[in-house]
Amino acid sequence: MKPIIRIHNLSKRYSIGALEAPYATLRETLTGLVRAPLKRFRRNGAGRDDTIWALKDLDFAIEPGEVVGIIGRNGAGKSTLLKILSRITEPTTGEVDLYGRVASLLEVGTGFHPELTGRENIYLNGSILGMKRTEIESKFDEIVAFSEVEKFLDTPVKRYSSGMYVRLAFAVAAHLEPEILVVDEVLAVGDAQFQKKCLGKMGDVARKGRTVLFVSHNMVAVKSLCNRAILLSGGRVAKDGGVDDVVNGYLRDADGIARTGIIPDDAPRLYGTDEAKLRSVRLTDLSDSEVAQLYLGQPCRVHLTFEVFKDIPDAVIEVGIVAMDGVQVTNSSNIDGGQPAMFLGRGIHKITLELDTILLPRQYSFHVSLNHSNGLTIELIERALDFDVLRVAESGGDSYRWTNVRGYVRPTSRWFEPQGSVPITGDSENSNAGRDLVAGGKR
Amino acid sequence: MHAPTPEIASPLEAAIPENPPVTKHPEVPDEPLVRIRPTKSSIAIDLRDLWAYRELLYFLTWRDLKVRYKQTVLGVAWAIIQPFFTMLIFTLFFGKLAGVPSDGIAYPVFVYAGLLLWTFFSNAVSHSGNSLVGNANLLTKVYFPRVIIPGAAVAAGLVDFFIAFGVLIALMVYYHVSVTWSILLLPALVGLTTLLALAVGMWTSALNVKYRDIRYALPFMIQLWMFVSPVIFPSSFVPQKWRWALALNPLTGIIEGFRTSLFGRNPFDWVALATSTAITLALLVYAAYTFRRMERTFADIV
Repeated sequence: MKPIIRIHNLSKRYSIGALEAPYATLRETLTGLVRAPLKRFRRNGAGRDDTIWALKDLDFAIEPGEVVGIIGRNGAGKSTLLKILSRITEPTTGEVDLYGRVASLLEVGTGFHPELTGRENIYLNGSILGMKRTEIESKFDEIVAFSEVEKFLDTPVKRYSSGMYVRLAFAVAAHLEPEILVVDEVLAVGDAQFQKKCLGKMGDVARKGRTVLFVSHNMVAVKSLCNRAILLSGGRVAKDGGVDDVVNGYLRDADGIARTGIIPDDAPRLYGTDEAKLRSVRLTDLSDSEVAQLYLGQPCRVHLTFEVFKDIPDAVIEVGIVAMDGVQVTNSSNIDGGQPAMFLGRGIHKITLELDTILLPRQYSFHVSLNHSNGLTIELIERALDFDVLRVAESGGDSYRWTNVRGYVRPTSRWFEPQGSVPITGDSENSNAGRDLVAGGKR
Repeated sequence: MHAPTPEIASPLEAAIPENPPVTKHPEVPDEPLVRIRPTKSSIAIDLRDLWAYRELLYFLTWRDLKVRYKQTVLGVAWAIIQPFFTMLIFTLFFGKLAGVPSDGIAYPVFVYAGLLLWTFFSNAVSHSGNSLVGNANLLTKVYFPRVIIPGAAVAAGLVDFFIAFGVLIALMVYYHVSVTWSILLLPALVGLTTLLALAVGMWTSALNVKYRDIRYALPFMIQLWMFVSPVIFPSSFVPQKWRWALALNPLTGIIEGFRTSLFGRNPFDWVALATSTAITLALLVYAAYTFRRMERTFADIV
């Protein structure tokens, strides 16, 4: 089929100097002119390495109706690609042909002015996003209904709550009708309910046969919306193919993290807001020395370090234990048993959780999440730290004896000696029943 | 385990079926609608593109005006207050105390006419000069012909100009200044001022993205510019041997022409007008060229 987007040999170079100092002053340029020959002399004409390639030799085509997820770590070139496709910045080399109208949504509420009312901002924002005035007028009621801010249409948006602001902004964007829609990470805003609505709307767009390019760190959203995914790494296409294949491969890439428990900024995240980040997860025994394995039945401590950027008055932390076959074994939360949520002020917090494990010997991983008490996820790291449970207990007296591990937990149990046993007297019926009893017990 | 309450545990998964079936494809045209290439030779402004975005120019102008007078008690009256009170003070100091001549017209009308055009020009230049930096969020998030931003700032100034023009009419009636056929040239002169403001505004706004010195230099330059323009005094006030230097300022011919067209006292100075027009057009071409050249990197450095 004929592609709707054709990208050929696309590269974009940034000079690092320009990134560090976003704008120059005349004086700097003048002194730079004077110094430049010296600098060049000092470097002895060696290759200029103060530039980075944000994108390098991208080459692919997208067919009409495809919904493509662009994934990759921060700095992989996702945003640069979207900016080139949206014509915000120019490529350094290469070419892109677009066979349809493009609307790009790199942010919700671009151009919203706080002093203007909701009504006024709908017109302004619609027009900035490339809608015709008549188009905005005909969709006005629909936009208002979608945004759920009817009552405040004539209030300046500076008096809106952040939720209302985002709803209105997304409502306008959701009513764009381009042939190609380019979306960046806009779903990371708003509450869970509204995120759901936005994703539903994007799903509608996709079903109408429009082409969508969707950049996100939200792998669940990418998986459910897209049929194809392109993984960028270091400005190049690392993988391009079916969405499940590419996303699963990308998430498996988390292995490196899971061994150390140090969570980098650009770790793959499924959900989250910018309020806090998980920095590290450590597993120790009760004397706080670090361990990678637990003895059978050994109690342990999980130490979490969160960096909180904004006060979180209602923090709900959950540590999930997931077996390597994907089965979620259990989870523990600080609000278990009716305890109140925690207050986490701006700053770095170390939180310790003590667990009496009843896990069977297997490989497991901790999933860690930080949420508001209303369920909005602030931070979620899957496979934050891997650990093993050994077949033997610390004391050496206990061990798991079966070759195949059946199940995941060993309940705390108490077995009692036989009581009121009756000797078999030679009657055949009774003897059969007795054999059944023995077989059942052994299995 | 994403969220503590089960009903919103996986909001995203619940929203849509997996891999939605694609029902229909829009027709793909043979020729691409947009070709993205690294710009090699810079052509001036792409007029067709600009026309396609004319509504945005309207909305941004409207926004600039709305925002400027939001939460002000006097609102649009501010468009009048600035030139009007400047006129009163200048009349007192220059007209009465210093005795600056005014080509035979009451000094208040004379100076108000000059101030009207000057206020428009200086506001348009200073607003448009800072407009790109002030709209950095738009530059980095959406595509549209960038020239619309300084353009809208000039257009908003033009609206203020028309409002303040009402006071001029009142003053002319009050001082019994009659109108002649030369008034027909007025729209052309206002148009020329607009183009000049656009040229200077485009150029400074583009430079401002890269060199923030402009933000500090601009108000100062504008202030100086007023004193080398015949706003407070007529050109005839300047000694003959320095007139040519004054005429190099494109505003000289325009402001003089503006007064001639309004009051019809003197004949038009066609040489001065032609000089102003030529300089304005040359500046406009140069500004458009510079703007296009710098436009490519706006989003990266703003």
